[in-house]
Amino acid sequence: MVQGINLALHEEMQRDPKVLVMGQDVGVNEGVFRVTAGLHAKFGETRVIDTPLAESGILGTAVGMALAGLRPVAEMQFSGFSYLALGHLEGHCSRYRARTHGALSVPLVLRMPYGGGVRALEHHSESREAMFAHLPGIKVVIPSGPRNARALMTAAIQDPDTVVFMEPKHSYRAFREDVPEEPELMDIGKAHVVQEGSELTVITWGAMLRKTLEAVSEVQAKREASVEVIDLLSISPMDTKTIAKSVRKTGRCVVVQEAPRSFGTASEVIARINDTALMYLEAPVGRVASFDIVTPYFAREQNYFPGVEDIRRGMIKTLDY
Amino acid sequence: MPLKNAHKFTVPHLQVLSEKGTLDKKLDPGLSETQLLRLYRAMTLAREADQRMLRLQRQGRMGTFSPSTGQEAAACGPMLALSERDWLVPAFRELGAMLMRGVPLHRILLFWGGWEEGNVFPGVERTLPIAVIVASQIPHAAGVAYSLKYRGEKDAAVVCYFGDGATSEGDFHEGMNFAAVWKAPVVFICQNNHWAISTPQEKQTGSKTFAQKAIAYGIPGIQVDGNDPLAMYKATRDALDRANNGEGPTMIEALTYRVSMHTTADDPSKYRDTAEVEVWKSRDPLIRLRNLLNERGLWGEEKEAALLAEIKGEIDAEVRIYEHGIEARSDIAFDHVFASPGVELEEQRAAFLESRGGGSTNA
Repeated sequence: MVQGINLALHEEMQRDPKVLVMGQDVGVNEGVFRVTAGLHAKFGETRVIDTPLAESGILGTAVGMALAGLRPVAEMQFSGFSYLALGHLEGHCSRYRARTHGALSVPLVLRMPYGGGVRALEHHSESREAMFAHLPGIKVVIPSGPRNARALMTAAIQDPDTVVFMEPKHSYRAFREDVPEEPELMDIGKAHVVQEGSELTVITWGAMLRKTLEAVSEVQAKREASVEVIDLLSISPMDTKTIAKSVRKTGRCVVVQEAPRSFGTASEVIARINDTALMYLEAPVGRVASFDIVTPYFAREQNYFPGVEDIRRGMIKTLDY
Repeated sequence: MPLKNAHKFTVPHLQVLSEKGTLDKKLDPGLSETQLLRLYRAMTLAREADQRMLRLQRQGRMGTFSPSTGQEAAACGPMLALSERDWLVPAFRELGAMLMRGVPLHRILLFWGGWEEGNVFPGVERTLPIAVIVASQIPHAAGVAYSLKYRGEKDAAVVCYFGDGATSEGDFHEGMNFAAVWKAPVVFICQNNHWAISTPQEKQTGSKTFAQKAIAYGIPGIQVDGNDPLAMYKATRDALDRANNGEGPTMIEALTYRVSMHTTADDPSKYRDTAEVEVWKSRDPLIRLRNLLNERGLWGEEKEAALLAEIKGEIDAEVRIYEHGIEARSDIAFDHVFASPGVELEEQRAAFLESRGGGSTNA
C-alpha cells in the first residue's frame, strides 16, 4: 500500500504542477513510513516541503495554499497528532465553500496513517474516522490495499474539496497486489463489493478487510454460507445504495470496525440500513468492534482489537439468529 | 566563565506624525496630495460607516458586529501601500481596510446581517473574508504567501491582520514560525487595541511589547504608533519592500485603542476606566490627519462638510442595497457543501424542501 500511495503522488505531481507535498520529515527522510519516497529527489524542496513540527501549522498553511489555488497534500505523521489540526478542518476546510457560496474552496488532501497493529507508542493505534466524517463538507476515505490506495489517492488529489485520506498502517506492507500501468481513478463515495453472496452481508473497511476475509473463508469452509463482503472505501460520503442493495438481497448484515463500538461508522451504517432495508432484515444487524475504552498500550492492544475469531463469531450469531 | 551576550535585540518604535501634528521630515514617506486625500477619505468613510452600523444594530436592523472606531489609521494606513497583486487577510476589526480594498459596504453589512453573501466580493480578487476564529487566519496568510513564492510572483505579498489577543493563540506561533522559516512574503499587522474583550495587555502576555515576539521567529518586529496613518503606511511600505526583495515576513505592532466595545453585545464599563478611553479619544487618528491636511492648505470646513455629505449619501445607498435583502433559493446551503452535492445531499435537500414548503425566501 505504501508503494500504491507513493505511485499516485508521483503521478499526480508529474501531471499537475499545482500539487505539492508537505509535512514533517516527508522530504529528505521520505516520510517515517516512506510513503513520500523519491519525491524530494525528483521534485525538489519547494514542492516537497519539510515543515516545522506543528500539525495546526501544517494544515493551516495548507489551507492558505489551497485558497490561493495550489493543491497541497499535507501529511499528519500519525493520526493521533492530527487533533491539533482539527481547528482548521472544522473551522475552515469544511466550510470555506459554504461560507463564500463557492467563491473560495479548499481542495487539499490530509493524509494520515491510522489504526493499530504495529506495536507503537501511545497515540499511534486509534481509529477515529467517524470523528472526521461527522464534519459536513469533508470527505473521508480509507483504502484497503495497494490498488485502491493508488486510485483513491489520485481521486483525492483531483477532488475539488478537502479529503481526509486515512491510511491503515497495519496494511502498509501487509500484502502485494499488481496495479495497472495507467493511472486509475476511483469514485469517492463508492463502496466495492469484494465478493458476492446471498445469505449475509459483511461491511468493513481499512485493515479490518483482511481479517474479515479470513473469517469469511473460515465460515464458508465450515458451512455452506454464501457471504457478500463490502469494502466501504469511502466513509463520507457513504455509499448507501450499495449497502441497501446488498442487505435487501441477503437480509442479514454484520458491520466490522476497528474503532470503538459506540458513535462510530458502524452505527451510521446500521442507521442507513434502518432507513433503507429494515423490512428486509431477518436478524438484527450485528456489530463487531473494539470496546469503548482508551486503546491500551501495545503490549495489550492485540487483545483489544477485533480479531478473526470475533468476526467469525459475529457472523455465526447473525446467520443463526 | 563569565556570561556573554548571545545576541542583542532592539524593538524600534515608529512615529511620523505626532499627536500635536509635528511631522518628522526624515521619516515622512512623502505621500502625494492625492494619496493623503484618499487616505483621509477612507478613514472618514470607515468612521462614518462604523457609526451607522452601530445605529443599525441598535435599531435591530443588523446583527452583532465588532466596531472599529478609533482604529482607522491602523486599518487604512497599510492599505495605501497595497497593490492589486497583494493579498488581504483580515481578522474582524478592519472595516476601513476592506472598504479600501473595494469590498462594497453592503457586503460587509450582509456579513454582520447574517448572510454568507457578505463573504462574496465580486470583482475583488485576493481578499479573504472576515476571520471569526481568532488567529486561524495567520497560518492561512503564511500559506497564501508560500503560494506566491511558489509561483514566482515577486511583485506580490500578503498583508495579514490580527489583534493583541491573537498573539496568545498557538496559530499565531505556528503561522509566524512557518512564514519565517519559509521567508514567505507576508506582513503581519497586530492591531494592539489594548483590550481583548475584557482582557488587558498585562493579562494577555508577559511581554513588554507585542512587536518583540517577532524576534523569537527571527524576523523584524516594529512597534508603530497605530493612530498615526503616515507611520502605518511607512511601516507597511517598508515591510512590503522587504517581502518583495525576498527577505521574508515582518511583524508590525500597531499601538492603537478600541475606543468602542468589543462587539455590540459587550459592555466595556464593566471592566475598564472611562478616563482611559477619554485619553485615547483625544488621540483620534482622523483629527491628526485632518490637521496635517489643514496645515498643507488641502482641507477646510467646507471640504469637510462636502465630504461628510458625500459619504452619507454613499452609505445610505449601500444600506438600501443591504436592506433590499437577498433573493435566493432557501435550499442554497445544499449547493455549497461540496463542489457537487451527491446523492445523499440531494435526498436531504428534497426532504428539506418538502418539509419547509419549498420556494424562495426574501430577507
